[in-house]
Amino acid sequence: MSSFLDPYLDDSHRVFRELCRRFAEEQLAPHAEAWEEAGSFPRELYAQAADAGVLAPTWPEALGGGGGDTFHGVIAGEELLRGESTGVVVGLGSLQIALPPILHLGTPEQHRRFIVPVLAGEQIAALAITEPGTGSDVAAVRTRAEPDGDGDGYRITGSKTFITSGVRADLVVVLARTGDDPHGGLTFFVVERGMAGFEVSRALRKTGWWASDTAELHFDGVQVPASHRLGDEGSGFSALMRNFEGERLMLAINGTALAALSLEHALAYAHQREAFGRPLKKLQVIRHKLAEMQTQVASAQTLTYAVADRMRRGEPCISEVALAKNHASLVARDVCWEAVQIFGGMGYMRETVVERFARDARLLPIGGGTQEIMNEIICRFGLGL
Amino acid sequence: MKIGICAKVTADTDARLSPSADGGSFEFSGKSVVGPYDMFAVEEAVQTKEKHGGDTVVFTVGAESDVLSQLRGSVLALGVDKAVIVEDPALANADALGVARALAKAIEAEGVDLVFCGKQAIDDDNVQVPAMIAGLLGWAQVSRVTAFAVDGTSFTATRAMDGGIKQVVSGNLPVLITAERGLNTPRYAKLPAIMKAKKKPTERRDLAALGLSAEAVAPKVSTSAYGSPPERPSGKIIEGDTDTVVAELVRLLREEAKVL
Repeated sequence: MSSFLDPYLDDSHRVFRELCRRFAEEQLAPHAEAWEEAGSFPRELYAQAADAGVLAPTWPEALGGGGGDTFHGVIAGEELLRGESTGVVVGLGSLQIALPPILHLGTPEQHRRFIVPVLAGEQIAALAITEPGTGSDVAAVRTRAEPDGDGDGYRITGSKTFITSGVRADLVVVLARTGDDPHGGLTFFVVERGMAGFEVSRALRKTGWWASDTAELHFDGVQVPASHRLGDEGSGFSALMRNFEGERLMLAINGTALAALSLEHALAYAHQREAFGRPLKKLQVIRHKLAEMQTQVASAQTLTYAVADRMRRGEPCISEVALAKNHASLVARDVCWEAVQIFGGMGYMRETVVERFARDARLLPIGGGTQEIMNEIICRFGLGL
Repeated sequence: MKIGICAKVTADTDARLSPSADGGSFEFSGKSVVGPYDMFAVEEAVQTKEKHGGDTVVFTVGAESDVLSQLRGSVLALGVDKAVIVEDPALANADALGVARALAKAIEAEGVDLVFCGKQAIDDDNVQVPAMIAGLLGWAQVSRVTAFAVDGTSFTATRAMDGGIKQVVSGNLPVLITAERGLNTPRYAKLPAIMKAKKKPTERRDLAALGLSAEAVAPKVSTSAYGSPPERPSGKIIEGDTDTVVAELVRLLREEAKVL
C-alpha cells in the first residue's frame, strides 16, 4: 500500500507510520464495531490519541502538535483507518478543519486559549459552515453576527447543520455574516459550549461514519465577546477557501485509504474463501476484479500523494486537490463496492469491515465540497473555462 | 553519568527465519526491528537519564545502511542522545566474542559508567555478548534484571530466577545490566522526538578507529550449517458418531502417539 508513497518519505515518516499503526491496531480496531453500533466513541480517546502523538501530527510543536509535515498527516489519515472506523478517524480529525481558521486568523492569545486544549485532547472542536438552506453555495450563509448593543461583542443568530463532532464539541468555529457582501461579509467566530442561546438542536443519523457524532446547531442571539472573533470582519471567506484545500486533501487520503484497505480485506478473503472447490483467488473472474481494484487504488494513491507533495511545498493547488478528491472518491466508491461483491453475502453483513467502508465511502463525493463543485473548480482554475 | 545501551537490529518477532539455500547463513522475510529485549534496555537507560541526568549513547555492530533507520526511529526518537555504529568488513562473520570485543572497545572509548543490554537477541538467541562485554571490560554484570535503581555510584537490581523467585543484588558502578521482560514498559516515540532524532549525532567506527585488528575479532567458532526443523505431519480429523470418534481417538493416542 505504501510503495507509491515511498519517494516522498524519510525515516521519520516510516517510524511515524509504525506508531500510528500500533495505535490503530491496539487502541481502535478492537472496539470499532462496538463504537460504530453505539454511534459514538469514548471522549477519553482524544486525550489518548494526543498522548500517543497521533492526534495532531502536522500542528506546530509550540501549540502541542507534532511539528510534522503534510505527509505525517497523510500517514496518520491512512493508518488510523486501520482502526476500522471512519467515524472515529473523522471524529478525532474534526480539529483539522475547525482549528485552521484560528491558527491563520487568530492572535497568539486565541491560539493559546482555543488551540492548545484541543491539541492536548482535552477539548473537542468542530467547524460550522453548512446551514439548513446553504450547502455548496457558501456565499449564501445566513447566520448573522450583529454588533451587541451593550458592548464591543456580537450576537450570533442562525442554524448550522451536518456539523461533524458538533454534538459534544466544546468549541465551534462558526462562519457568520457580519456584512451584506456575499463573500466579503463573512467572518469566523468561536462559540463555546455553555454560552447562552447556543444549543445542539439535533443529533443526526447518517448512512456511514456512524461512530462520529453529527449535529444540527442553533444559535439564538448567542452573545460572544470580540475576543472570540477571528481576524478582521470580512476575513472569513478567504480563510474558508484556504481551509477547504486541507479538508479536501484529507478526504482524498480517506478515499485512497478506504479503497486500499477494502482491497486488503478482499484479497485476504479471496485466499481463505472457497467456491467451486477452489479458493476465490484461483477464479479468473475474482483475480481480474482484484487486479482492476489494485489498478484503481494505485491511480488514486499516485495522484493524491503528488498533490500532497505540492501542498507540502506550499504551492497553490486548488484545482489539483479538487481533482484528487474527486478521483479518490470515485475509486473508493468502486473499490469498496467491489470488495463487498467479493465477500458476497458476508459483505452485506454489518460485522464485516468492507460493508462499513462501502457505506462510509458514500460521503466522499458530497462532503468538503461536492463532486460537482469540484468539477466547477477544475473547470475554472484548471481548464480556464 | 554516561549511560550506554547495546542494541541489535534484528528480524521482527513475526518475521520468518529460514536457512539460506546453501545452509551457510540464515535469511528472514519481514521487517527488521531493534530487538524487544533491547527496547527494555533503551527505556531503562532513558528513565535513568531522566532521573539522574547525563548522556545516553547506543552502540551496535552492523552496516550503517541496514541499521541507522531503525536506530533513529526506535532508539534516538525515544530520547537516546547519540548512536555509535561499529562497521567493518571483518565483523561480517564475527562470532559472539568478536562482536563483544568491538562493542567493549567502543564502550571504553565513550567513557561509559553503566550499560544496559537486552538479555538476548531474538534471532540467534545466543545470549553471550553482554556477559562477554562485561568480562572484557572487567565490570560487574547482572543478568535478567526486572527492576533497577542507581544511587550515586552504587546500584540495586532485582533478578528474575527460576520458579518466580526474585534475587536482589547490589554493587558499584560500572556495571552491565541485561534487561528481562517486565523491567519497564517502552514508551511510544512522539513525532517531535522522531523529527529531532533525524538531527542527532551518529558516528561510524571501523576496527582501526577502535584500535582493534581483524585478527582480534576473527571467529573462534564457525557455523557449519543452518538447518530447518523437520516439517510437522499434518493433523488428523476423525469423523463419525461420538462412540466411533472416541474409540478411534483412544486407539490413535495409544498406538500412534503412544501417550496412553
